[in-house]
Amino acid sequence: MNETLSPNVIALIYLLASVLFILALKGLSSPLSARRGNRFGVAGMTIAVATTLLITRRIDLTLAALAVGGLVGWLVAKRVEMTQMPELVAAMHSLVGLAAVLIAIAVVNNPGAFGLQDPVPAGNRVELFIGTFVGAMTFSGSVIAFGKLAGLGKMLRLFSSAPVVFKGQHILNLIMAVVMIAFGLLFVVAEPGTHWPPFIIMTGIAFVLGVLIIIPIGGADMPVVISMLNSYSGWAASGIGFSLNNPLLIVAGSLVGSSGAILSYIMCKAMNRSFISVILGGFGAAEGTTASAEQKQVRSGSAEDVAFLLGNAESVIIIPGYGLAVARAQHAVKEMAQKLIAKGINVRYAIHPVAGRMPGHMNVLLAEAEVPYDQVAEMEDINGDFGAADIAFVLGANDVVNPLAEQKGSPIYGMPILEAHKARTVVVNKRSMASGYAGIDNPLFYMDKTMMVFGDAKKVVEDIVKSIE
Amino acid sequence: MVFVLAIFVGYHVVWHVTPALHTPLMSVTNAISSVIIVGAILAAGSGVIDRGSILGAVAVALVAINTFGGFLVTERMLEMFKKKERPNPPAGGQADRVKK
Repeated sequence: MNETLSPNVIALIYLLASVLFILALKGLSSPLSARRGNRFGVAGMTIAVATTLLITRRIDLTLAALAVGGLVGWLVAKRVEMTQMPELVAAMHSLVGLAAVLIAIAVVNNPGAFGLQDPVPAGNRVELFIGTFVGAMTFSGSVIAFGKLAGLGKMLRLFSSAPVVFKGQHILNLIMAVVMIAFGLLFVVAEPGTHWPPFIIMTGIAFVLGVLIIIPIGGADMPVVISMLNSYSGWAASGIGFSLNNPLLIVAGSLVGSSGAILSYIMCKAMNRSFISVILGGFGAAEGTTASAEQKQVRSGSAEDVAFLLGNAESVIIIPGYGLAVARAQHAVKEMAQKLIAKGINVRYAIHPVAGRMPGHMNVLLAEAEVPYDQVAEMEDINGDFGAADIAFVLGANDVVNPLAEQKGSPIYGMPILEAHKARTVVVNKRSMASGYAGIDNPLFYMDKTMMVFGDAKKVVEDIVKSIE
Repeated sequence: MVFVLAIFVGYHVVWHVTPALHTPLMSVTNAISSVIIVGAILAAGSGVIDRGSILGAVAVALVAINTFGGFLVTERMLEMFKKKERPNPPAGGQADRVKK
């Protein structure tokens, strides 16, 4: 480090950047202030990077690296499809994790470059150890999460969206965690010159552990996993911040860490799952499909039938789910809604917190289709209105509208649902009668007032659009 | 101390984020956690070209993807949320869609 700026000035600048980051998050409390918030974030990052560049001795390598990474980031941000946001976010978490590990290695290699004593004091080594293993786990865990989300299960079984479980998994994880901590402590107390072996072994175990922790988690729990890895990436940054005595990294890291933790909590609650049971995994396995053994009658209709029903309704609530995202039907749905609204019909969208594959995913997809966000209602706000709705149109959602959730003894008892069954008529579009992630049958489909329309969501909705006069 | 305070602030701010914006929240926190780039810059700029500075430069390149990509993709998403509120009078909500 050189002395172009006094430590006090640097501290002040870092404080300013921290405040800007807080304002960036605060802006997201409303779509109106969100973009300004994002700009605050950009400003915070700009001054943090610029200040750091000012105090480093040589910046040629850094500038080159910045240009390369920046270009890639720019391209990715421009090109990514909104349906691919979960994959993108997972990939980005992995990068933060990997960077944390690389920085930690650089610190062990040459503490002086970071203004630290050589050898690194024991206290900083503890923090370095924590930052490294959290970073390593974030990296490998996010790579697995990315594979699961991108549907790479066919390429490599570890990426399978079905849980990968084996006997003694939890014991193995526990043993590995203990061994990892042991090597971490060895690294902390190591004599100068002997710290590399324990550090490398510890990091290696952490990489493996990251994989082992994510593989047993099923596709349905991906919103929780992404939030959790979001949190981890923050703690990794924070850990590195502690070991470098850098308050900006500590603050920004813990902001992200707590944000991810809160999102995980919200997602767990929306799925009525305890955090522990998600972590332990195994949920969403194909075991529960036996429920549909008995043949029950469903009333099925065509797209024309649905168009007729919709055309004669006064109020319609659309419930979009994961199936809609997969079929990329959001634009067709918006077109349908527009036609109905033109006829004076009240159309709204009801969003369950876990609709889509990551928190808030469905809102983004609808926003992309230019659905005005005041037509889009959150679960708590719209549940009271189903009783007065003529039609609840369920598009590719299943478990989130399953009335069994209100029945004691059902596996999903207590899960908050959208009360579609209270509408006068229910229309459900699904590809088949297969059960949802929870693997249980949905009585909503067999109700007298329910009409099933089978087929790809996009195709069905497009047919409906054609049939609405 | 700073750490506890930051968690406290984060906790309060994040609870106020509207659920509709949880995806942008995640992408922006992603961008923010890329502040770890500060550490990477220090490593890359140690003054000598060695193992540490090369790793640092690699880390800078990797995290720069987040820094740029994270903020840009957030901006792109928020743009979509923004578009609609201009043609919408606060009261009507849907009436304006008819005109289109």
